[in-house]
Amino acid sequence: MAGRSKLTIVGGRLVQAIPALVGIVVVTFLLTRALPGDPAAYFAGPAADADSIAEIRKSLGLDRSLPEQFVIYLGNLVRGDLGQSISTGQPVAAELMNRLPASLELTLVALFISVAAAIPLGILAATRPDSLVDHLCRFVTTAGVSLPTFFTGLVLVYVFYYLLAWAPAPMGRLGFAYIAPPQVTGFYTVDALLAGDLETFGAALGQLALPAITLALFTLAPLARMTRGAMLQVLGSDFVRTARAAGLSGRKVLYTYAFRNALLPVITTLGMVFSFTLGANVLVEKVFAWPGIGSYAIEALVVSDYAAVQGFVLAMATLFVLLNLAIDIVYTLVDPRVGVEG
Amino acid sequence: MHRRIFLQGASALGASASLLPFLKTSAAWAAPADTIVVAIGTTINSLDLHRTGTNRPSYQVTINIYDRLLRFGTKTLASGAVVYDYDKLEGELAESWQVADDGMSVTFKLKKEAKFWDGTPVTAADVKWSFDRAVSLGGFPTVQMKAGSLEKPEQFEAIDDHTFRIKFLRKSKLTLPDLAVPIPFVLSSKVGKAKASEKDPWATEHFHRTPAGSGAYKVERWDPGQQLVYVRNDDWKGGPLPAIRRVIVREIPSQATRRALIERGDIHLAFEVPAKDAKELATKKNVKVIGAPIDNCLHALCPNLKFEPFKDKRVRQAIAYALPYEQILNQAAYGRGAPMWGAKSEEPADISWPQPFPYKTDYDKAKELLSQTPYKGGFEVPLSFDLGTAEWGEPAALLIQEGLARIGIKATIEKVPGANWRTLALVEKKLPLHLENFGGWLNTPCYYFYWAYLPGNLFNSSNYDDAEMTKLVGETLHMPMDDPAYAPKIKRMIAKAFDDVPRIPLWQPYLDSAMRADLDGYTSWFHRQPDVRLLKMTSA
Repeated sequence: MAGRSKLTIVGGRLVQAIPALVGIVVVTFLLTRALPGDPAAYFAGPAADADSIAEIRKSLGLDRSLPEQFVIYLGNLVRGDLGQSISTGQPVAAELMNRLPASLELTLVALFISVAAAIPLGILAATRPDSLVDHLCRFVTTAGVSLPTFFTGLVLVYVFYYLLAWAPAPMGRLGFAYIAPPQVTGFYTVDALLAGDLETFGAALGQLALPAITLALFTLAPLARMTRGAMLQVLGSDFVRTARAAGLSGRKVLYTYAFRNALLPVITTLGMVFSFTLGANVLVEKVFAWPGIGSYAIEALVVSDYAAVQGFVLAMATLFVLLNLAIDIVYTLVDPRVGVEG
Repeated sequence: MHRRIFLQGASALGASASLLPFLKTSAAWAAPADTIVVAIGTTINSLDLHRTGTNRPSYQVTINIYDRLLRFGTKTLASGAVVYDYDKLEGELAESWQVADDGMSVTFKLKKEAKFWDGTPVTAADVKWSFDRAVSLGGFPTVQMKAGSLEKPEQFEAIDDHTFRIKFLRKSKLTLPDLAVPIPFVLSSKVGKAKASEKDPWATEHFHRTPAGSGAYKVERWDPGQQLVYVRNDDWKGGPLPAIRRVIVREIPSQATRRALIERGDIHLAFEVPAKDAKELATKKNVKVIGAPIDNCLHALCPNLKFEPFKDKRVRQAIAYALPYEQILNQAAYGRGAPMWGAKSEEPADISWPQPFPYKTDYDKAKELLSQTPYKGGFEVPLSFDLGTAEWGEPAALLIQEGLARIGIKATIEKVPGANWRTLALVEKKLPLHLENFGGWLNTPCYYFYWAYLPGNLFNSSNYDDAEMTKLVGETLHMPMDDPAYAPKIKRMIAKAFDDVPRIPLWQPYLDSAMRADLDGYTSWFHRQPDVRLLKMTSA
């Protein structure tokens, strides 16, 4: 019974996502065309004349009318062809498949570190208001949001790579001595483990460490604050007082009753932070030469690379839809009330 | 119960994750002795320079993996920097070449032992196919071939397997040097013909990812957006075998990271470092910085003659007197550039180009010139620069703004992003006042003037249109430089550029690279790309 109602929720959500995706396809198409600048002139190279620019415009299909271009675009999209990026010269779909796992791996590891640190910190701060832990929590969160990520990244590189030489050279996902493990998930750490290659696994993890910590410091702030706030609110509520009055142990009250209820806003924040981080960690990617999706999108945008921008937005939109869905499902697991409403 | 486990697990993992930076880097990751690592800040987007959309950083692939008929030699400057020598042509695939007695064709004898990587011999038919490709594909390759009067497939003739002839359309001093620029590289026509299709007759899609050449290096691995690995072709016949067996070119977008890497010695060469880093890195013990002025290249301020105040020559001259040149060179280029102001005479002494213009910072003179015009009360004008060149463009623009303010011209700074820049500045030519940095590959003054002072040509973003200048450029462009008529005409062109100032040069930029002290053989090229074939390690 319960399982079926959850399936309905999932199905309903997926159906609801379709108009959103259609809207995104239309809007990104129009927006990219509305960008100032002429990709044909840009890609014609340093010594182009009017003729060669016209030739290139033709070869890019930009000499056709907008509706014509849109129909061609839709046709390709249906066949799963996102087109070819002119700036990188690679098929957009292949490139996204390469870069999305890099971004996902980094973001997931960062969020993992961040959650692992933020939740205990938030709980401790909430249970001991105005104590040393609370002040520490306040300091870390303020520092986390106010320091720009590229700055934190550069400081970490400076200290752990340049001065101490503890971290490997910040040159992307793997050092020279290693070759990427055969692709299964696209996560180098997971793929290396699947291939049973512990050395490459260690190397990939080493490369991940600094960028992931940089991102974790940044995402820690909203999570710790949210945990602390939610815990404070729940701890002050009637049912916790009742539970305490009934003589339940402090532990039981804290983890079973208070924490479970405080988790809901934290999950919401986590979802937001995740989606934000995935697309917005361009600066971290630049500092660590991480071949992620954010820098890809920015570079494509700067040179009016239509296919790449459209592909990126579409991929991110799809990901957001799936992410929101996942969060809703997690909700129903954490909070029994949600499932019933259907 | 299970939540407690979750919490314990989380904190345990948190602890292990926080230990990660303390992992020691393994010795295995240091590169072996015959391998060097080059860091670049930009991304290589294709292995085929003839293809539409191939970007500047990709030129280096063509240079290192393909052969041309000819190449430029090198020379050592007084500063000790090794640079290419425009006046010295050497054979790469060509064993010898002979210009016909009537001066209307040139015949090349190809090296008989030269082979493509797959073992097939390089023949005149391959050269012809490659040249046909360059003049037929359109876009950049065709334009660059045309600069050397190489325009039609009928000009190229494979006489036998090892004899190749080019028929000239006109006698031009630019034809032979144009064969040594990156564009006329030789591909395997066998592979090309096999992979061609009706839609793609020159197999650009194939060569885009899968090169087939005869050059000193092969592409061992290409991970777009991350790295390119060259491995030496031990059968190379184009020149002395390179010393380095494998070259890893890594894309490291952040300049700060590249700098940390070169200072730590984890990379051998940081190609093209900004002036500020060049200046600072030069003081480090384990790093050396090599730079040379880029031939035929100028950073210039361009007033657009389509716009009202700048139609008046005196306004342009007033601006040329109102620029704090020295400060600009010191703050925008950290002194890494050749001054282009302060010439004593208004007549050029010789035909060297670029050479200093007869202007200097003189606000009184600027005010006086401006007061002779209807704009003596000053005016407002947007001052634009390309965001892609913001490194020097931004500080230069700010200083120019200050200078102009002192003679009553109010400049508002506009930053234009990359894609728009080309369209606005070079194609539509509608930026009233802007910074421009054209550099000509072929190192002759007439070639620079052809691109930058002729109406309609791409880099004439000032819309300069002068009948005498157009005539002079037309006369000199193909004329041999030792023709007695050449020097007087060029002098006249330079004098006109001094007087009319449609382009106000700020300085001649340097191209600097930082490398480990034990890396040798770094050479500065007109194409502003690393030629890894010449690199070697001194200690090894």
